Amino acid sequence: METAQDTIQQTEAQAETSKKLFKGTGSQVLLNGLIEEGVTTIFGYPGGAIMPIYDALYDYADKLEHILVRHEQGGIHAAQGFARTSGKVGVCFATSGPGATNLVTGLADAQIDSTPLVVITGQVFAHLLGTDAFQETDVINITTPVTKWNYQVTDANEIQEVLAKAFYIAKSGRPGPVLIDITKNAQIQIEEFPEYIKCNHIRSYRPKPKVRVEYIEQAAELINAAKKPFVLFGQGVILGSAEEEFKAFIDKSGIPAAWTIMGEGAIPTSHPLNVGMLGMHGNYGPNVLTNEADVIIAIGMRFDDRVTGRLDKYAKQAKIVHLDIDPAEIDKNVKADVGVWGDCKETLPLLTKLVNENKHEDWLAVFKDYNQQEIDQVITPELYPEGEEITMGEVLRNINEICGGEAIIVTDVGQHQMVACRYAKFNNTRSNITSGGLGTMGFGLPAAIGAKYGAPDKTVIAIIGDGGFQMTPQELGTIMQFGAEVKILILNNRFLGMVRQWQQLFNDKRYSFVNITSPDFVALAKAYYIEAQMVNERENLRTALETMINHKGSYLLEVMVGRENNVFPMVPQGMSVSEIRLK
Amino acid sequence: MSTEDKIKYTEDTLDLDGKQEYTITVYAENRIGLLNRIAIIFSKRKINIESLNSSASEIDGIHRFNIVIHEGYEVVRKLARQIEKQIEVLKVYFNTNDEIIWQELALYKVSTDEIAEKVTVERLLRQYGASAVVIRKDYTVFAVTGHREETDALVKALEPYELIEFVRSARVAIIKDSAGFHEKLKEFEAEDPGEELVENEFLEKGGKIFTM
Repeated sequence: METAQDTIQQTEAQAETSKKLFKGTGSQVLLNGLIEEGVTTIFGYPGGAIMPIYDALYDYADKLEHILVRHEQGGIHAAQGFARTSGKVGVCFATSGPGATNLVTGLADAQIDSTPLVVITGQVFAHLLGTDAFQETDVINITTPVTKWNYQVTDANEIQEVLAKAFYIAKSGRPGPVLIDITKNAQIQIEEFPEYIKCNHIRSYRPKPKVRVEYIEQAAELINAAKKPFVLFGQGVILGSAEEEFKAFIDKSGIPAAWTIMGEGAIPTSHPLNVGMLGMHGNYGPNVLTNEADVIIAIGMRFDDRVTGRLDKYAKQAKIVHLDIDPAEIDKNVKADVGVWGDCKETLPLLTKLVNENKHEDWLAVFKDYNQQEIDQVITPELYPEGEEITMGEVLRNINEICGGEAIIVTDVGQHQMVACRYAKFNNTRSNITSGGLGTMGFGLPAAIGAKYGAPDKTVIAIIGDGGFQMTPQELGTIMQFGAEVKILILNNRFLGMVRQWQQLFNDKRYSFVNITSPDFVALAKAYYIEAQMVNERENLRTALETMINHKGSYLLEVMVGRENNVFPMVPQGMSVSEIRLK
Repeated sequence: MSTEDKIKYTEDTLDLDGKQEYTITVYAENRIGLLNRIAIIFSKRKINIESLNSSASEIDGIHRFNIVIHEGYEVVRKLARQIEKQIEVLKVYFNTNDEIIWQELALYKVSTDEIAEKVTVERLLRQYGASAVVIRKDYTVFAVTGHREETDALVKALEPYELIEFVRSARVAIIKDSAGFHEKLKEFEAEDPGEELVENEFLEKGGKIFTM
């Protein structure tokens, strides 16, 4: 039987519940949810099918900053840039149909580079689904292969749970992009909504495997017995916020460590055990010595073909220890002798405990020898050129001297990207923002906008080629309108340089459609009220770079660089890493 | 079967091209779009699905897919990992034919006149383990449950007698060494799963995956 006390408690509980109930539209509850998830910045573009969400957004201007981009591809790349520098989930809005299809490149880029995003697209009314309605497109099926998860909401009552799941999935485990497609009827549907509850468990989803000490022990045994151990690290170290743990591991074990371009910056460039870059345009020693090491410890990297070169001649002599959070990556491209499943933030400290202190001086000396050869034959001529033409490398050297490794460098894709990754100095993690896996030209400018919002106190320099810049130049409009302080550095060689380099080396110099002309970039920037100048001569380069970096506000600097300079060293496609060419 | 035995078995039963039939069993949430998510994992790699069945499992609300492909061990292992990575997928097993009990159902429609004239129905029923589902004046429908070779054999036998229609279902398979999914599900529902869930073949306890 109910006592009076029970009745009072129940009434209080009811009152409590009704206080927590929120009556409003699906759009409002979506925006409330974003705020609950800590979102402050949204990159987006409105349209018919997402209008109710934008109508609600009108009243949230004090809590949610919306950056109106000029194209949805720009919006999603900006969200990627934001996520990469801030470590938070990037959020992007787009409308149905063309708005949604314009996101596909960014989704694919975020999927392959494990960038956490929550993307919201509007969709036609649920009763119109499948009728080929105006701006209807099958977004869920188009985006399935390029999302970690996606879901179509047709009822406002689903929004909170789906949004909570989306954030959890996007940022946990191996991060990735999540897309929620919301039909217009759900956006306008009025309901009483319960309190927003964050998601921290989905029964069919294991974000990270449980760490098993057995593998750590096996790995430590191999490492302790190794004479020539070699660490290869990737973005997993950064995504797992395990930079300190990683540093502790190499500091104690004394093992030389080389990075994939996605892992660059996880430890400072100047760290004595940082031996450089892996892969096609990576450093000489790290590539050659991959085929001489006796134990390779791969941490948070996935043995991409641009890193491994020819697989059947890759590190065949070495025992492979592979640490990764994604079980599907272990044994995918390179067979591991010991696969350590788990979050490297957890596995690395366990491993550090078990490995012996070591210096590996003789082995490090071998790296130094190779480095000296590379300095003499490649690096010095690139950074201190004697010819008349400006080289991309000397531009990077000047940036290093001016910024001292403190700047965030965002790159596009191509020769300038390889040069920037090779020569830029980084003191801090989350400072090298580039499109690694997908190689998306047009990524640089919009990603730099997002990068600046993600790290407002940092100098953000977008290094872009003349080709890539012409893929997404419309985002100058976003910079103009919102004043994002991005330093745009166009390295103009009047060619699609990387393709030209391959045509020179492998297609008998048959320069097929790589001769690209450009508009007057300075005039273009000025049309957007962005300060700009062009530099053609070495004597003006340093001052121009200083002007750009010290300028209050965004700035565009176009540097005319040598037309037919090549990026070396190079592992030609289909060759082994030890067959790397210095020229 | 331990991983080593499994690899040995695989080596012994390979086709000339190094491939054989594998049955992939997927336990998953029942969600719209998941079938597409799984199917594109195969089509992305240009791998043909020989047979695909989607059905209820022993647990209410948990779906079970049986997918048959003709591939090598390494490829199947990688595919299984990619499928298991999908958010709504709980668990993926892959087995060679000796590790499973499987059946396919086939239906055959034949002219009753033809059959009555030229061959005794009774003989067909006995020889192929067929059952007559419908017998009408104009046609008869037989059903056979069994392996591919068995259902194929009856197609051959009926060819001379005007086989009007033929259809075969996807494969359904039960894993011999499986204790079902009930216990596993409890672990999935727990926020901190036990070690069983994170099986790792590197521990050389790969056999556990199939014995449960």
